[in-house]
Amino acid sequence: MKKYNTPLIDQLEKGPWPSFVTEMKKAAKNNEMANDALGHLEKCYSTKVGYWKHGGIVGVLGYGGGVIGRYSEIGNEFPGVAHFHTVRINQPSGFFYTSKALKEICDIWDKYGSGLTNVHGSTGDLVLLGTKTEALEPIFAEYSSRGWDLGGSGSALRTPSCCVGPGRCEWTNYDTLGLTYALTQEFQDELHRPTFSYKFKIKSSGCACDCVAALARADLSIIGTWKGDIKIDQNEVKNYAKTMDINAEVVSMCPTQCMSYDGKELKIDNPECNRCMHCITRMTKALKPSGERGATLCMGSKAPIVVGSLLSWVIVPFIKLEPPYTELKDLIRKIWDWWDENAKPRERIGEVIEMKGMRSFLEAIGVEPQPQQIREPRKDPFMFYTDADVESYKAKEAEEKKTGKYRF
Amino acid sequence: MALPQRKTDVGPPNFEQFLPPVIKKNYGKWKYHEVITPGSMVHVAESGDKLWTVRVASPRLLATDTIREHCDIAEKYCDGHLRYTTRNNVEFLVSDEKKLEPLKKELKDRGFKMGGIGAGITNVVHTQGWVHCHGACTDASGLVKAMMDELFEYFESKRLPNKVRLAVACCVNMCGAVHCSDIAVVAVHTKVPTVKHEDFKNMCELPTVIGSCPTRAISPDPANKSVKINAEKCMYCGNCFTVCPPISIKDPERDGVAIVVGGKINSLRSNPKFSKLVIPYISNEPPRWPKAVAAIKHIVEVYALHARKHERIGEWIERIGWEKFFKLTNIDFTFQCIDDFTFMRDTMRTASTFKW
Repeated sequence: MKKYNTPLIDQLEKGPWPSFVTEMKKAAKNNEMANDALGHLEKCYSTKVGYWKHGGIVGVLGYGGGVIGRYSEIGNEFPGVAHFHTVRINQPSGFFYTSKALKEICDIWDKYGSGLTNVHGSTGDLVLLGTKTEALEPIFAEYSSRGWDLGGSGSALRTPSCCVGPGRCEWTNYDTLGLTYALTQEFQDELHRPTFSYKFKIKSSGCACDCVAALARADLSIIGTWKGDIKIDQNEVKNYAKTMDINAEVVSMCPTQCMSYDGKELKIDNPECNRCMHCITRMTKALKPSGERGATLCMGSKAPIVVGSLLSWVIVPFIKLEPPYTELKDLIRKIWDWWDENAKPRERIGEVIEMKGMRSFLEAIGVEPQPQQIREPRKDPFMFYTDADVESYKAKEAEEKKTGKYRF
Repeated sequence: MALPQRKTDVGPPNFEQFLPPVIKKNYGKWKYHEVITPGSMVHVAESGDKLWTVRVASPRLLATDTIREHCDIAEKYCDGHLRYTTRNNVEFLVSDEKKLEPLKKELKDRGFKMGGIGAGITNVVHTQGWVHCHGACTDASGLVKAMMDELFEYFESKRLPNKVRLAVACCVNMCGAVHCSDIAVVAVHTKVPTVKHEDFKNMCELPTVIGSCPTRAISPDPANKSVKINAEKCMYCGNCFTVCPPISIKDPERDGVAIVVGGKINSLRSNPKFSKLVIPYISNEPPRWPKAVAAIKHIVEVYALHARKHERIGEWIERIGWEKFFKLTNIDFTFQCIDDFTFMRDTMRTASTFKW
C-alpha cells in the first residue's frame, strides 16, 4: 500500500480536540480506499481546491436514493477514491444503539467500504463514507437482511430525525422517538423513491428548546408544546433561591413579564405565558407544564439557496400527537399533494408557499387563518378578495342589521 | 459466502430495542436532570430511578475502529448502551452509579475528551468539505478541528454567559443549521463563474441553469449553444455550478470564508434568529485557518466579557445594538454587511436612535 506524505493535514493531529485526520489514518492502516482518501485530502490542502466531481446516478435496485454517487477528478492518481460513494443508513430514532448493533454495522462496512463514517450526517443518517459501485448491492443485502435500511437523498422525503425526547428528557411534550419511527415507516415509498420536486425534511423536537434544530432546517418542523398552566412546586423554588437570583435570572428574563417573585412565592400569570421554556429550563425541579400536550406544526425552513434562508412558519398552532398519528399523516399527504401540483423543479415547499401565497396553501390543506400564525398582519393594502369573501362580509352585515349588533 | 436475501422498505430498526432498561422503565416519566460537570449529567425519573450520561467529543468523521472502541467502553460500563447527539458527540448511558467514576477514569486514560454540556461550547455542526463534497470551497473538518483546539477550554471546563453554538459550512448551500448559529463560518466564492461552452449543450439543461440563478444573472448564449453570466448581477452563490458541471466557480486564491453571528434555534426568551454577517472575507488558510480561528475566539471573548448571564450572542447584540457590537469587537463595518439581496427592507435602520 502506497504511503502518502501528508505534512499539511498532519498538523491537524496536534491539539486537544479529537482529530479527523487521526481517524482517517486509523482506517487507512488496512484499507486502500481510506489510504487514498488521505492522499487525496492532502492534495486539496496543498492546492486549496476540491477534486470531487458532481454526484453521479448510482444506487441499489428499486430505490432512487440512499446512495450519493461520488467520483474523483483525479482517480488516476488516487485509484482508491476513483469511486467513493456515500451510503446513508437510516439511524434509529434518537441515535440510540447497542454495542452489538453498532459493531455489526462496522463489520459489514469494513468488508465492503473505506471504514470511514460520519456518526452522524447533518440529516441524521449514519453515513458510510466511500465505496465502489459494485459493492452497493452486497452492502444493501447485508444491511437490509439485518433490519437496517437506507436513508433518503435527492428529491424525496429525507430521513426524519428527532431529539432524545421521552427517552431522556423531562421537557418533551410528545413521543418524538415514536413519532419519528412511525412517520419513517409510514412513508417508506416517499423516502426511497424520489418523486418530489425537491427534498422534504421532517424534524421533531419535544419542546421549544428545539435540540434537533427543526425550526431552521426542516420543511416540516414539529415543535412540542402544551396548553395548560405551568405547575409550581414552591418548596423547590425555595431551594433554587438559595443558589440563584430568581428575579434576575428568571423573572426579569421572561419575555412576556408574566412572572413575579417576592422572595417567598413565585407566581405565573399563565394566560399571558407564551411557553418559551426559559423559566422551566432554569428551574426544572420547580416548574412543570400541565394540561393538554401536543405540538405546533411549522413549515418551510431551509438554507439560503436559492433566494435566502427561511425559518419555518407556524401553520397549525396546536395538534395532539398520539399513535397512530392519523391526523398528522393525512395532513402531510395533503401538503405533498399541494406542493406537487404547484412546485417547479427544485422548489422547496417554503418557496412555493411564498410564490403561491399562504392562503392557497392553507385552503388546500384545510387550515383556518389564525393570529397565532403571524408575527403581525399585512402592512400593505394590496390584497385579494374573492367574490365569496365579499359576499360573506356582506352577509355578516345583513345579519348585523337584523340583530342591531356589530360583529367585526 | 452467498449474500443474504435483500429486503426493501424495512425502514430503520425500532429504537425501542436499543434503549437501556432504565429508559424503557421510565420512558416519558423523567422528573428533572442536573448537570454534574460539563461532561456529565444525571436524569432522575418520577420513580426515583437515575440515569447518568457522560458526553464525549467526537470528530464526527470516525474510523470503524473508534466506533468499536466506543462499543467496548459501553459494554464495560453501560451494558452496551450508548447514543450519539445531534451535534455528533458520543454519550455513554450509565444505570449503575458505581460505574460512573471508573468510566470517566477510563475515558480520560484513553484520551477521550469529556464536556459539551451546559453554558459553554459543544461540538460543531458542519458539512463535508474537501473530505467528500464536490461543491466545497474549503474544508469543514479542518476548520472545526482548528477552532475547537483553540476553544477547547470552553468545551471541557470554562463557562460562558450561555451556550455558544458553532457551525461551519463549506459553501453557501449550508447543509446543516449553519444559518441560525451563534457563530458560524461560511465559505464563499468571490468571482464570477466561467462556462465551458463546448460541454454545456451535452451536460446541462438551459431552463434549469437559468432558473438556478437567484439574481437572474444568467441568460442564453445562442451563438455558443450555452449561457452567459452577467458579472454585475452575479453574487457567486454557485447554484449554477451545482446544476451544470461545465460551469466552474472554484478559485483557490479568491475563495475564502465569512463569519456570521447572533443566530439561535430555540425560542427561549426571544424568537429563533438568523446569523448575521460581520466579517465578509478571510482568506482560505489551510491547514489551520489562523485568522478565522482568531476572529471566532475574539468574538467569544468579547461576548463573555459583556453579555449578561443567560444571554445568547444574538440576544446580547440585540440589547446593546449592532453599532455597539462593531465598536466593542473593533470589527470593520463593510459594504457587505448591508443587505442588498432579499432582506434590505427588514434590516436597514429607520430611526435616529442609535449609539455613537
